[in-house]
Amino acid sequence: MKSQTQMDFSRIDYYPTHQQHGYRFRRGRTLPFGATVVPNGVNFSIFSSAATSCTLVLFRKHEREPMVEIEFPREFRVGDVYSMIVFDLDYEDLEYGYRFGGPWEPRIGHRFDPSKIVCDPYARVIGGRDVWCAKPDWDDIYQHRARLAFDDFDWEDDRPLEITTNDLVIYELHVRGFTAHNSARVSAPGTFAGIIDKIPYLKSLGVNCVELMPIFEFDEWENSRQHPETGQLLLNYWGYSTLAFLAPKAGYAATGRLGMQVDEVKNLIKQLHQAGIEVILDVVLNHTAEGDHRGPTISFRGIDNKNYYMLTPEGYYYNFSGCGNTLNCNHPVVRNLVLDCLRYWAADYHVDGFRFDLASILGRDQNGAPLANPPLLESLALDPVLSKCKLIAEAWDAGGLYQVGSFPAYNRWAEWNGKYRDAVRKFLKGDMGLVGEIATRIQGSPDLYYYRGPAASINFITCHDGFTLYDLFSYNEKHNEANGEHNNDGANDNNSWNCGAEGETRDDSVNLLRLQLMKNAFCMLMLGRGVPMFLMGDEVGRTQHGNNNSYCQDNDLSWMDWTLVQRNSELLRFVTMMIHFRRANPVLRAGAFYQGRDYVGSGKPDISFHGTQLWAPDFSPGSRCLAFLLCGKHAQDQQGDIYVAMNMYWEGLPYQIPAPRAGECWRIVVNTSMRAPYDIFEVADAPSLGDRQEIIVGPRSMMVLVAQACNPSA
Amino acid sequence: MKVTLSQENDISVISIEGSIDGKTAPLVRQEMYPTLETAMRVVLDLSKVDYLSSAGLRLLLLVYREFAAKQGKLVLLGVSEDIQTVMSHTGFLNFFKLAGSMPEALQAVS
Repeated sequence: MKSQTQMDFSRIDYYPTHQQHGYRFRRGRTLPFGATVVPNGVNFSIFSSAATSCTLVLFRKHEREPMVEIEFPREFRVGDVYSMIVFDLDYEDLEYGYRFGGPWEPRIGHRFDPSKIVCDPYARVIGGRDVWCAKPDWDDIYQHRARLAFDDFDWEDDRPLEITTNDLVIYELHVRGFTAHNSARVSAPGTFAGIIDKIPYLKSLGVNCVELMPIFEFDEWENSRQHPETGQLLLNYWGYSTLAFLAPKAGYAATGRLGMQVDEVKNLIKQLHQAGIEVILDVVLNHTAEGDHRGPTISFRGIDNKNYYMLTPEGYYYNFSGCGNTLNCNHPVVRNLVLDCLRYWAADYHVDGFRFDLASILGRDQNGAPLANPPLLESLALDPVLSKCKLIAEAWDAGGLYQVGSFPAYNRWAEWNGKYRDAVRKFLKGDMGLVGEIATRIQGSPDLYYYRGPAASINFITCHDGFTLYDLFSYNEKHNEANGEHNNDGANDNNSWNCGAEGETRDDSVNLLRLQLMKNAFCMLMLGRGVPMFLMGDEVGRTQHGNNNSYCQDNDLSWMDWTLVQRNSELLRFVTMMIHFRRANPVLRAGAFYQGRDYVGSGKPDISFHGTQLWAPDFSPGSRCLAFLLCGKHAQDQQGDIYVAMNMYWEGLPYQIPAPRAGECWRIVVNTSMRAPYDIFEVADAPSLGDRQEIIVGPRSMMVLVAQACNPSA
Repeated sequence: MKVTLSQENDISVISIEGSIDGKTAPLVRQEMYPTLETAMRVVLDLSKVDYLSSAGLRLLLLVYREFAAKQGKLVLLGVSEDIQTVMSHTGFLNFFKLAGSMPEALQAVS
């Protein structure tokens, strides 16, 4: 408590007008929503369109009973907004919530319950799950407690990096899983701080962007259970179930027990920025943790159910998320909440961009119908604060909307390119009939993003959802028994191939083939226009033993095993050099599509396709071969022409290669059929082909040639 | 919480005992203020501080900022390992000069 002598009385509204139970307060300011520190006190403001009363409930931190409950006097409500300034609070030791009076009439959408204390949708810190997996007090009347945040981090001269989108290489990671394994050897395993210790690793790998799986506060205990056979504790490990959109996950912070997660996240972002690495957040704005009509009342349901959720005419919850409810994103009030949330993360946390989980939901109207011109998506695309942020849509939802290539983009949104993933997976495992599509995907999918450019295509083969890259080439079928759902969960359509043995094997030929296919995958990913993204650990062949839906596995199955860095050093070396090759060759990652013609007078088109014979790409249904030539003179600072030959056939094939320019020779930079160190070279060290006009591309392998001035000593 | 002031030649030594949190931080600040206003070289002895809350860390950073602005010298003495870890995880540590012993601290601000 502050003494009166410390108070600032320079304005009339710095002074309390009311007193109750020893607490002094006055009418507040309607905006901003949430709890805001103001001179001498804290301003609380919250909206409910249908409540009949609102009571502010204040707790001392961690105490079971409230220290005071103050009902908002009638004159404190303006419109549907209740606001109040409470004086003399020690806001470091404060937790707050609300009780709303109002009708319980589910059939018309109202589910008010004044016996429940509900959390502020604008809470910036939430207590109650301060330490990951610490057993909660289930009898606590207020499980997820809004707290105040010091938003005064000293950023010095940090700012979002604003790296051109087409120059990004994105690494998708789980904050806890990245360093929780005991092989990680970091000061604070499984936390934001732990990631800082691994920044040198990320830097040397060459990625310049990390995409963090959800870090909004969620309850890892939601739907927790023991596996019926193994007894293993299953948790909500992934966290796609938001409690509040402005609060970082306390349990991911080493300092969460002290309530300092806000500073810890900001420090992580500052350190990543110093290393030249951007931060994209995977944001879950399509549903909340309250589930359907059987779920708990935590926040939105008890504040304004009818406005926050999409409801059926009978008052039940539409379930376009597959998680029980659907946020009513295109209601103007909810739309503002989403905007406020993203602006907050962009401005206060210096976040560089967002990936929107099940983003198609954000384009549905209040009855769930897809909108032609969704106001929320347009607002996000044109928002002044978010204007430099990357906006990436997962352009589908669980309600059957699939908008890859047709997401309402306002020339601004990028998409997770699911079609790239599917086609490349099939091609890599040797399916026929894909050569034509692969030629399109390599160009950044102009069929889908002609008007937006290749940077709209986030190219990925793997992500958290589905097989890891190693498992993609080690399992024909998913093996999700450990999830305790009799292997019924997770996708069945994986386009995977086990290379001849299901799961881990001692068969050297199988293991070698898997290594080679993983190299092909990274080679393909790094050579294509668009933005490459891959999953944490794929660069070292991380396995989940065939589990393609590890959402509940907070253990070795999901965690990054750092011993793989040594054990799979050959793959790591290949991936690292492949990423650096991409970064050194602008022609691979230009921001415009290839045109298939020569528009700089170099004598060669910017891209040309070939087959085993020059100028004869084989797009027939039985083909598994494709080659292409990139003209280096079509990009600035490009070292030379690049020729790529892909042979997904099970036998080696001879490929005619284009004649290099006068005085130049081809160098073999990549040959995935070779073992390290002959699989990939720095251009300067790569062996020259001299005057050869043909190469043999091994079975299921790729070769990359770069034209350089012939060096007599080479 | 207790604040003790002493002087080593032209160096002011401020020793704090107890916890610095939302409740005590304003009092610590009040007691330190007369010294901080005039001194150019300060050793802030935290060896008897067992807990620094978020508000406590902010108090330290504000003091550091004031010193940086007037080009004074400030060193923290005897910060416990636990507190150093928290300061490191939250980014506060980078701002400060730390000393393990009084001679080292005096040397650092001389």
